[in-house]
Amino acid sequence: MSASTNTEPMLSADGKPLKQSLARALRRQKIRALLLIAPLLAFIFIAFILPIISMLFRSVENDIVATTLPQTVAALQTWDSSTGELPDEPVYAAFASDIQKAAKAKIHTKVGLRLNYEQSGIASLFKKTARKAKKWDMEADGPFKEKLIDIHKGWSNVETWQTLKVHSSNYTSGYFLNAIDMHKTASGPEFQPENKQILLTLFGRTLIMSLAIMGSCLLLGYPVAWLLANLPMRHANLLMILVLLPFWTSLLVRTSAWKVMLQQQGVINDVLVNLGLVADSARLVMINNETGTIVAMTHILLPFMILPMYSVMQTIPPSYLRAAKSLGATNTTAFWRVYFPQSVPGIGAGSILVFILAIGYYITPEIVGGTKGVFISNRIAYHILRSLNWGLAAALGTILLVAVLILYWAYDKMVGIDNVKLGG
Amino acid sequence: MAKDTAGDAFVQFDRVQKSYDGETLVVKDLNLEMPRGEFLTMLGPSGSGKTTCLMMLAGFETATHGDILLDGVSINNIPPHKRGIGMVFQNYALFPHMTIAENLSFPLEVRKMGKSDREEKVKRALDMVEMGAFGGRRPAQLSGGQQQRIALARALVFEPELVLMDEPLGALDKQLREKMQFEITDLAHRLGITVVYVTHDQTEALTMSDRVAVFDDGRIQQLAKPDQLYEEPENSFVAQFIGENNTMEGIVKEIKDGLAMVELDGGEVIACKPVNVSKPGDRTRVSIRPERVEYNKDRIHDNAQKLKAEVLEFIYMGDIFRTRLRVAGNDEFIVKTRNAPDQMRLKPGEQIEIGWLPEDCRALDA
Repeated sequence: MSASTNTEPMLSADGKPLKQSLARALRRQKIRALLLIAPLLAFIFIAFILPIISMLFRSVENDIVATTLPQTVAALQTWDSSTGELPDEPVYAAFASDIQKAAKAKIHTKVGLRLNYEQSGIASLFKKTARKAKKWDMEADGPFKEKLIDIHKGWSNVETWQTLKVHSSNYTSGYFLNAIDMHKTASGPEFQPENKQILLTLFGRTLIMSLAIMGSCLLLGYPVAWLLANLPMRHANLLMILVLLPFWTSLLVRTSAWKVMLQQQGVINDVLVNLGLVADSARLVMINNETGTIVAMTHILLPFMILPMYSVMQTIPPSYLRAAKSLGATNTTAFWRVYFPQSVPGIGAGSILVFILAIGYYITPEIVGGTKGVFISNRIAYHILRSLNWGLAAALGTILLVAVLILYWAYDKMVGIDNVKLGG
Repeated sequence: MAKDTAGDAFVQFDRVQKSYDGETLVVKDLNLEMPRGEFLTMLGPSGSGKTTCLMMLAGFETATHGDILLDGVSINNIPPHKRGIGMVFQNYALFPHMTIAENLSFPLEVRKMGKSDREEKVKRALDMVEMGAFGGRRPAQLSGGQQQRIALARALVFEPELVLMDEPLGALDKQLREKMQFEITDLAHRLGITVVYVTHDQTEALTMSDRVAVFDDGRIQQLAKPDQLYEEPENSFVAQFIGENNTMEGIVKEIKDGLAMVELDGGEVIACKPVNVSKPGDRTRVSIRPERVEYNKDRIHDNAQKLKAEVLEFIYMGDIFRTRLRVAGNDEFIVKTRNAPDQMRLKPGEQIEIGWLPEDCRALDA
């Protein structure tokens, strides 16, 4: 141990604590360094951190019901939803007043759409009701219970009111429950009916297929990385160009090329049939399913596996293998006992990179995955672009983010994150 | 341990050639015989073929032509891991992911040795290099000198009869290097192992070896004991490469009574010992060691070859004086003299007379 075990703080020549003097001396440098990276920090904050925070927030945010239908929500407080009886007149009156205001402000469709995610049919119920409600006179036209039920029998359905009450709070766990195939009911969270369960399966499939893609990238990439690191410079450069070649071609072109290769009337099937290895009637199904996704994504993500492994292997001097052999180890023993353990940081880095890229991949599964080979990301895209259920999309995205962080943490516990090297 | 095969060479290179590209020979017709227990150093400039020879012996390179024999058996087709030759690498090549003890245990494990035997041998090997307390550390936690010792212990732990060392001390500082030079030779002699040692450091070669093979241009230029090599170089390459030498060029006038009269390019005629000149008219390069030249009148021998000289520079180096002279038109003539109480201290510009014994002046190939 060094001699710096003094309890007294070191002082500089002018009697001030040394640490303070040092900090002052370095302050200008630090400020300058900070200014240099300030544009990048600002960009990352605006383009990366803010959207993530907003996404996380959106997955629990649910103030639309409470702000659009404030009187109804207040009136529903006193209604016991578990009795199975319809609410009384005050609730209907409050709702009539709310929906009239909403209809005039033209925001009734939004809240209808929101509740439609929970119980289909509500959107049209709201539209129809709002159209009629616009013309009512709130003072004279009561009682509204019969009037509303008259417009649509949905208002005599207890479930409609239960849905309204359950989803009236400002923050909700509903989206997260939806994301794991459950839904909120008056009597607490329940699983969706079997025919509506899909997301858990998708999560599982995404996880398993990402692992499979990672594994096949590792198996195919390791020998290539080894060759890259051990061939003479001239040949290694050529090989490196071949590895990087896919980056020069558009992702869509490559994926579409796999479609040409793998489809039932495609190149591979034609060759197999012509060789007589496969009967014409039994052409292999290799696209629009898991196989297609795994093949195409392995191809696309391979460089991300090879490059980190290569940069780590490059730092392993060939003299280690020679030393092992001179000490009496066979080629196999020398590889497994000496070379492989030293290449593990590269494997770790490549695997994490490929896995994380794979788990969030969207375009390739969309094109070659059919229905059996799509990922959770395709479902997220569906909810963002088609069903416009952004809350559910945000909840799915959040779960994906958390899953990746948990896996990262697990990797750190098992292998140690210090053991990940991208080279050097 | 060693079975006696008196007279027979333990390691033999028999007309070995090596080419990497099929166009040039890196090693040209190498013949070398080593008895058991010898410490032989391959010395030469980089690219001279010495490391290639070592790699062929270890089995990491194959000879393009010729045989390499170990204990009378050709090992050309035996893979490295079956040769049982210990090797110390330039950068030690200690496995960074294993502890010191695991590193040492590795050659024993691959030989399927039992656990208790292994532990005992590892302990003995560590004690041998005085590193007994370091078994649990990782190589990165050791200093260069300590890593060097571990590399040595690892190469010796499985008791090979032949150990190869490829510039093992190249990465150490001067003081440590000198200490390790002694330790390695001491250990080698104590264990009776045969060592082939590659270096480009001539001091190392001279101080450590039983014999030194000087390599240049893919050939052994001279294979001799260190003192022979230094005092009786057989050609100008060796004379130039080993130690410092003053050289002057000239033409042989006559050879008689074991002395060659050489007319230097400046016109002076001096007597030399003919080494590889055979007849008058041969062009020659005469070579003389700086410490064999005297300028103190009292010390110049009666039979000495004397020449006039002008002092150009006088450098005080503590233990010796290093004087640069102009002799026979050569401005780089160096004389080294011991710092003795009666020794003259010269000044630049002084005209003096220098002298040396004719047998210290060797007429070599030009």
